[in-house]
Amino acid sequence: MNLFDIIGPIMIGPSSSHTAGAVKIGNVARRLLGEDVKKAEIYFMGSFLSTGKGHGTDRAIVAGLLGLAVDDDGIPNSFEIAEKRKMKFTIKAGEDVEGHPNAVRMKLIGVSGRKIEVMGNSVGGGRIEICEMDGVETSFSAEAPTLIIQNEDKPGYVAEITPILVKEHVNIATMQLHRRKRGTIAVMVIECDQEIPDSCIKALKKLDGVLEVVYLSMRGLE
Amino acid sequence: MYDSLNQIIKEEKEKKTPFWKLVQLDDCHESETTVKESMSEVMRVYTAMKDSVINYDSSLKSQSGLVGGNGEKIRRRLNKRQMICGDFIGTVIEKALKVSESNACMKRIVAAPTAGSCGVVPAVLISLQEKEGFSDEKMCEALYVAAGIGGVIASKASISGAQHGCQAEIGAASSMAAGAAVYLYGGDGSDIANAAALALKNLLGLACDPVAGLVEVPCVKRNVMGAVNAITSADLTLAGIKSKIPADEVFEAMNKIGRNMNADIKETAEGGLAATKTGNRIKESIKIK
Repeated sequence: MNLFDIIGPIMIGPSSSHTAGAVKIGNVARRLLGEDVKKAEIYFMGSFLSTGKGHGTDRAIVAGLLGLAVDDDGIPNSFEIAEKRKMKFTIKAGEDVEGHPNAVRMKLIGVSGRKIEVMGNSVGGGRIEICEMDGVETSFSAEAPTLIIQNEDKPGYVAEITPILVKEHVNIATMQLHRRKRGTIAVMVIECDQEIPDSCIKALKKLDGVLEVVYLSMRGLE
Repeated sequence: MYDSLNQIIKEEKEKKTPFWKLVQLDDCHESETTVKESMSEVMRVYTAMKDSVINYDSSLKSQSGLVGGNGEKIRRRLNKRQMICGDFIGTVIEKALKVSESNACMKRIVAAPTAGSCGVVPAVLISLQEKEGFSDEKMCEALYVAAGIGGVIASKASISGAQHGCQAEIGAASSMAAGAAVYLYGGDGSDIANAAALALKNLLGLACDPVAGLVEVPCVKRNVMGAVNAITSADLTLAGIKSKIPADEVFEAMNKIGRNMNADIKETAEGGLAATKTGNRIKESIKIK
């Protein structure tokens, strides 16, 4: 927590968890998709579902998917902005997942046809956690440059990937390994202290057995 | 952030550096920012607070329809010089309503420390600037003071209604505003801590019981109470009246009370005002279709 968590954030009301947090989850999901959203299926759970309407959570999540920031005046009018930009969306009740009081699941299709499924939690004070990506459990706050790498679940990937980061003087802050089932697909979530250069991402994509590399950059954000 | 006001007071004496400066330098160190960057960001925050008062729109209603238009009612009474509490407290009340109503109506505000308590600090600080003509730079220093107090409360207890009830939101905001107000009138670290202690003592045990789970009832009106309480705590302090319990211990008491509070009065909308006959009726009437 820093000073601007106490006198801040500057945000559109009424709730840091139900409004600002929801904008942030939508925003991160869009950046994970890596392109403009063409179609979004949104499923609210927990108190996002029960009190979301009164907190503008529905408009907040759509605003986030459109790329608006938490203090953007357009948040209350995000449905209209979505229509103008031809982003289609549906909002429904999700299955209530235990342990996720403020959660949303999103199935997104981008303008180029890229698909992604993301689940996010709003954990209070506008802070969030991305807790699932394409069916694999994750846990990252999206507050630092984050690499999400999907690879075949075989030995040696950590040893292959980390030297590529070391070469570019990128320090790893946290590293998590997840997988759906032994021998299928593994997911590596690496939160870094520095931005990762494009050359580095390209090198990672070229590695044998690496299926997908998603990079969540903090460039251009506060 | 500092985790004790006593520590700030001690360093203020040892390093001969004012309270606000210590808070600023500490945050610059933690966030790896320069003093200049930090100051300009605080100025941006203060400007956003002022804008949240200026941009009030009395025609707006919240999504539920429960909140809106009350800031204007106080303005009308102020214009007729009818306020029982006088013009100054009247303008404090007006701003606290305007900012927190704006929050409920999806306008831009500064969460200080939370969105639910966003009316308290701006109502106190902006009213004092209008009254005394303090410079914007001085107001930013007061915001550092407020942030320093809020940081200690967050570390010793919490600034989340879901964790410790409304005492952690309106209570914390009132404590922050009281300390900042005393600073503007020349108070040192001990005075700042005294005002912070007095303000929070009055609000210990306050339940977070929002009707229908929304940041509307009773949150908006509690912002008024938090702001006025900050002003009275500042006046008591400036008159030389001492809190018998030091601020750090008041914060620790708040933490214990918060832990002992039932979950139904910690933002869950299951207890307190939310669970009254009328509260339940309102909840049913605004359910999502």
